[in-house]
Amino acid sequence: MTAASAGAAAPYLRIERLNKLFGSFAALKDISLEIAQGEFVCFLGPSGCGKTTLLRAIAGLDVQTSGRIFQGGKEISALPASQRDFGIVFQSYALFPNLTVAANVGYGLVSRGLRRVEIATRVGDLLRLVGLPEEGRKYPAQLSGGQQQRVALARALALSPGLLLLDEPLSALDARVRAHLRVEIRRLHQRIGVTTIMVTHDQEEALTMADRIVVMNQGVIEQVGTPTEIYRKPASAFVADFVGTTNFLPAVVAGPGHVRFGGINLACELDLHFGPGHDVTLAIRPEDVVVRNIGPATPNTFNARVAEVEFLGSFCRVGLAVDGGEPALLADFSINAVRDLAIAEGKVMPVALPPDRLRVFPRAPQTP
Amino acid sequence: MTAAAAPSAATPSAAAPAVTRRRLDRDDVLMRIGICLLIAWLAFTLALPLWALLSKSFQNQDGEFVGLANYIQYFSTPALSVSIWNSLYVSLLSTAIVLPLAFVYAYALTRSCMRWKGLFQALALIPILAPSLLPAISLIYLFGNQGFLKDLLLGGTIYGALGIVISQVFYCFPHALIILVAALSMADARLYEAADALGASKRRIFFTVTLPGAKYGVIGAGFVVFTLVITDFGIAKVIGGRFNVLATDIYKQVVGQQNFEMGAVVGLILLIPAVMAFAADRIVQRRQVALLSARAVPLEPKPDPRRDWALFAFCAVVGGIIFGILAMSGWASLITRWPYNLALTLNNYVFGNFDTHGWDAYWNSVVMAAWSAVLGTAIVFLGAYLLEKSRGFAAARALAQLLAMLPLAVPGLVLGLAYIFFFNAPWNPLGFLYATLAILVINSITHFYTVSHLTATTALKQMDPEFEAVSASLKVSLFRTLARVTVPVCLPAILDVSIYLFVNAMTTVSAVIFLYSPDTKLASISIINMDESGFTAVAAAFAMTIVMTSAAVKIAHVLLTRRLERLTQAWRRR
Repeated sequence: MTAASAGAAAPYLRIERLNKLFGSFAALKDISLEIAQGEFVCFLGPSGCGKTTLLRAIAGLDVQTSGRIFQGGKEISALPASQRDFGIVFQSYALFPNLTVAANVGYGLVSRGLRRVEIATRVGDLLRLVGLPEEGRKYPAQLSGGQQQRVALARALALSPGLLLLDEPLSALDARVRAHLRVEIRRLHQRIGVTTIMVTHDQEEALTMADRIVVMNQGVIEQVGTPTEIYRKPASAFVADFVGTTNFLPAVVAGPGHVRFGGINLACELDLHFGPGHDVTLAIRPEDVVVRNIGPATPNTFNARVAEVEFLGSFCRVGLAVDGGEPALLADFSINAVRDLAIAEGKVMPVALPPDRLRVFPRAPQTP
Repeated sequence: MTAAAAPSAATPSAAAPAVTRRRLDRDDVLMRIGICLLIAWLAFTLALPLWALLSKSFQNQDGEFVGLANYIQYFSTPALSVSIWNSLYVSLLSTAIVLPLAFVYAYALTRSCMRWKGLFQALALIPILAPSLLPAISLIYLFGNQGFLKDLLLGGTIYGALGIVISQVFYCFPHALIILVAALSMADARLYEAADALGASKRRIFFTVTLPGAKYGVIGAGFVVFTLVITDFGIAKVIGGRFNVLATDIYKQVVGQQNFEMGAVVGLILLIPAVMAFAADRIVQRRQVALLSARAVPLEPKPDPRRDWALFAFCAVVGGIIFGILAMSGWASLITRWPYNLALTLNNYVFGNFDTHGWDAYWNSVVMAAWSAVLGTAIVFLGAYLLEKSRGFAAARALAQLLAMLPLAVPGLVLGLAYIFFFNAPWNPLGFLYATLAILVINSITHFYTVSHLTATTALKQMDPEFEAVSASLKVSLFRTLARVTVPVCLPAILDVSIYLFVNAMTTVSAVIFLYSPDTKLASISIINMDESGFTAVAAAFAMTIVMTSAAVKIAHVLLTRRLERLTQAWRRR
């Protein structure tokens, strides 16, 4: 849906076949991507996946080895950072320690040749925008980490850039501040509507903040999609594993729309290119394992033994063993279900894996 | 061939895409020009003079190429080549004495609860403010032909290896101490707690935790002391007597016999141990990994009266000797006529009575040191900034970096000699610099370039690397950020560099001994001249003026730094 809307208007940012080599190591491999005006996009991936490299290429801080970048219809592929249109916030904040908060925020305005009064007004507006109207005279070291990050944000927005780049902006903060700032940045984005790219390795951050998520791994894009798409329909075993918790079950294609997992025959949505006898990996999220309302007509039902129960507050994570073996499947059951069905270690009960929740991936060596 | 090319033309996607080259902005261009200027500066002040020295050693007096003839002559003259062993002997012996002394002293300063640590630290650092000649002069007063403790030598003589080694120990002690204090202050209390909890004895903890932790400091200090001793000229000149070392040989060949070619040979031979020590130190230090993680807990020494008082006694003895040697020169400079008339007088400070130029030499020293400090700091800091913060241009940056590290391996005497060959060459349009104060300033900046460069680089590395990225995104020139942020934040390091340059330019002898003219004579040179003319008390007086000037500047530096810290406390607080 977002892809369609991005395609309708000309994209604000277009990346074409970007490659980046560090010596012989390819940090980015043939990356193409389009980002619409006003979108909030997260680059998500483990460290070393190339997400920061991509961000720095977009900013012109570390230019790509090959490939082209267009911003607002203009090619910027080879422009130095100083001639591109962006504001940036780093994980380290990179606030100038010897300048006051106001001087930091107004740093770019001064060289614009604005009058002192105009600068003061603009700085005041920006500090109000990030919720720090009173702190202009303090030095960065006198502020908390969260406050410093907001100052960095105000400074990045001072020149009203067309593109806001956030490089792991929340990683250095503690959990509570992080959760709070997540909401604030999101609100700020909705208010001013600046096209924003945020790099993060934190899936929760990406899922809660982004319009679209770009999941990256080893220099390639694994999947682009809305948070729901990424979570519900991961395009690869890597995405399924990296975002959220997923069970991976080794299986073999039995026929059209059917696979065999151990001795169990399971119905699922199967791509055409998997022929019978093909090794595949089934993926299902723990919360998608069904334990209530299982009738004779419920597909993909089998008996499992509760091998272990881990109490996690609002729900229990249950390790299920199939065919009397080791626990092979994790399932999240609500406290209600655990109570109603008297789920406890050793209990044998029917569970179901809904066919529309099962994802099938080719058996790759790195999947468990 | 056409057939082979056809398929790739048919599938253009398979062809390697065009490489993107970032366009340069104004800052990039300016920085690259700056780096080229830096390379040119280091080439003219360092690389080309050294090249001139090297080629001179392969020429005869008429400037014809004679291959290794000079070297063959050198090694077939025992009177000359014996100096190699003499130099190695005093250098190794001095190092072997300084290291344990400085280690225990540093241990007392960092790991004990001994009293008066500040006093002991200040006392031990005094020799840095003095020219290396000062301890030699003091020793002459104490143990020389008319020394009042001469009998302690039981008929031996202080002129020779003994005097050289004692003087070198005094002179090198603070250099080793600074490195060892730094090494010993970096300790993780958790390691000691773990060792304690495992029931290790104090002795075992010392050998398994303390010593390994300071290993690289000890090795580094060893190389520094060895290099200082083998390249020092002043001490051997004043107290060496007939004990020849490489440094004095160069001087004798060049100044005494006007045999520049042989001087060049000895200079290159002196370069070898210095370069080897430098290279070995680099290799060893590269293997050092950061012992202190961000989570390390600083070690707070606990009181232990027996240990603390033993270390106190040790420091009192060592500090007392240092003070005694310094005081001896001070006292000697105030005595009317040693040893016959011990009445105090300021006559020795009326330099006009002994030298027609009077106090000129002193003021030349001050002016030269001030210029070296101001100009040197500007060049060093800007150079370090360009190398640290510019992007791309890798080959030129690597070359500049190499040139910036080189001076540490070049003894002052060798650099001075190289300057004669380069700046005094008839073909050199820069010849107008010869025999001016300017060449002394250039020589001092170059001689002390590396340590200054490393200090500046360390300070710059501690800055957030993203400041420049932020400036670019805000469309602010890097040079504006340099002025508004980088320089203010690095001000303490900048002050350190300038003081280092000032004090070293003030005290150096070896680098400038070949380069002064009657109009640009320096105080440190006057010490040698006065000592040669038999006016030892005047030499002592000159030495004291240098010590007091350096000390005054150093005290001003400490006060200024403190004031700066107070003024900038608001933004330095963490």
